[in-house]
Amino acid sequence: MDNNLVYQYILSLGDNAMILGHRLSELCGHGPTLETDIALTNISLDLFGEVRNYFQYAAALKGGDCTEDDIAHQRNSRQFYNCILVEQANIDFAYVITRQFLFDVFHYLNLTQLQNSTNEQLSAIAKKSIKETRYHVRFSTDWIKRLGDGTEESHQKMQTAVNDLYVYTEELYTPSATETAAFEAGFGTNIASLKEPFLNKVHQTLQEASLTIPDLPQRYAKGKSGFHTEQLDYILQEFQYMQKTFPNMQW
Amino acid sequence: MVATLNNIPTEVQRILETVTDPEIPVLTIVDLGVVNKVEIHNKNIYVELIPTYTGCPAMDVMQADVIQAFEKAGYTAKTKLVLSPAWTTDRITEKGKAALKTYGIAPPLNAIADKAALLDGGKVVACTNCGSTNTNLVSQFGSTACKALFKCLDCLEPFDYFKCLK
Repeated sequence: MDNNLVYQYILSLGDNAMILGHRLSELCGHGPTLETDIALTNISLDLFGEVRNYFQYAAALKGGDCTEDDIAHQRNSRQFYNCILVEQANIDFAYVITRQFLFDVFHYLNLTQLQNSTNEQLSAIAKKSIKETRYHVRFSTDWIKRLGDGTEESHQKMQTAVNDLYVYTEELYTPSATETAAFEAGFGTNIASLKEPFLNKVHQTLQEASLTIPDLPQRYAKGKSGFHTEQLDYILQEFQYMQKTFPNMQW
Repeated sequence: MVATLNNIPTEVQRILETVTDPEIPVLTIVDLGVVNKVEIHNKNIYVELIPTYTGCPAMDVMQADVIQAFEKAGYTAKTKLVLSPAWTTDRITEKGKAALKTYGIAPPLNAIADKAALLDGGKVVACTNCGSTNTNLVSQFGSTACKALFKCLDCLEPFDYFKCLK
């Protein structure tokens, strides 16, 4: 197996979890109710658990002194391969829930396939994380329905968030060069095959929530190839602040 | 020697049982079911642990506690976290489940009852205070990654429920 390709593929898996995990961690202490606050930070913790497993493995592949922290902290935005959706800001609770729901549906489908990876370590990580992701999907689906089918105001806010975020979903099921190569090598998932189940679940849930499926053109999104919106630089500025200010510092 | 979980020498077993979950101190790591393998070479012990939840910070503490417990007894211990087999709540022993209940955390139900309780508002989780199953889900996520928050509608006591993970 080509270790360099595995390494690149791990980054594309791990960066999604890390960037969304960070976005959720920003909400710690700011959730609309205590229970929701705890739920969002719990999900953040699960995502960071997942990314630690990926990056520990990536660091081992790289060898030498490389650690999981080096991989998280010593790359710039052009070297991150998360999709554009997960870096979008916490504008309000409707955006937080919509972003979460769209990612959770994709995440669950992708991990389902990754469980069968020919790479044992990736398969083990997927088998572990999918158990937690199942809870994430339940949580966000529940909120989509409650708010979409709630009051006039909650419905309006949800529809605005859905319109703004749905336009980034095509990237989720459009394979990047790395994802295509990983699939052809046998250890990566078949990203293009996720399109149908993804759209089915998303459309069905939006309809149940009495929300309209946006009829808007998809945005140009190449996050998985390293081209990001300005949002990512704000995230990394905060996330990597200590390592950039005091290189190689340790707690 | 490589000890299977059924033939760990008594002394080693006794030391393992002194290590508890830092957030649920009534539950030993043996009863929690996170000990996967033990290798013993004279005074050198190698313990494989499997994480409960991937991001659970208690796993780092448990590893440090295992090493410390063996050092105190004159051993040198090494630990490793392995992901396979993935931990499930079925690995919690009956003794562990009873300890959870006494401590005030409702032990995990089977997968079907768990789904009913967490998704469909099923009244199946028994209150740890009065035993009534007239209980309501307050939040699917609780004070730690492994728990959900419930409230008893009879005695009004809030309590944690250890979520089924399969």
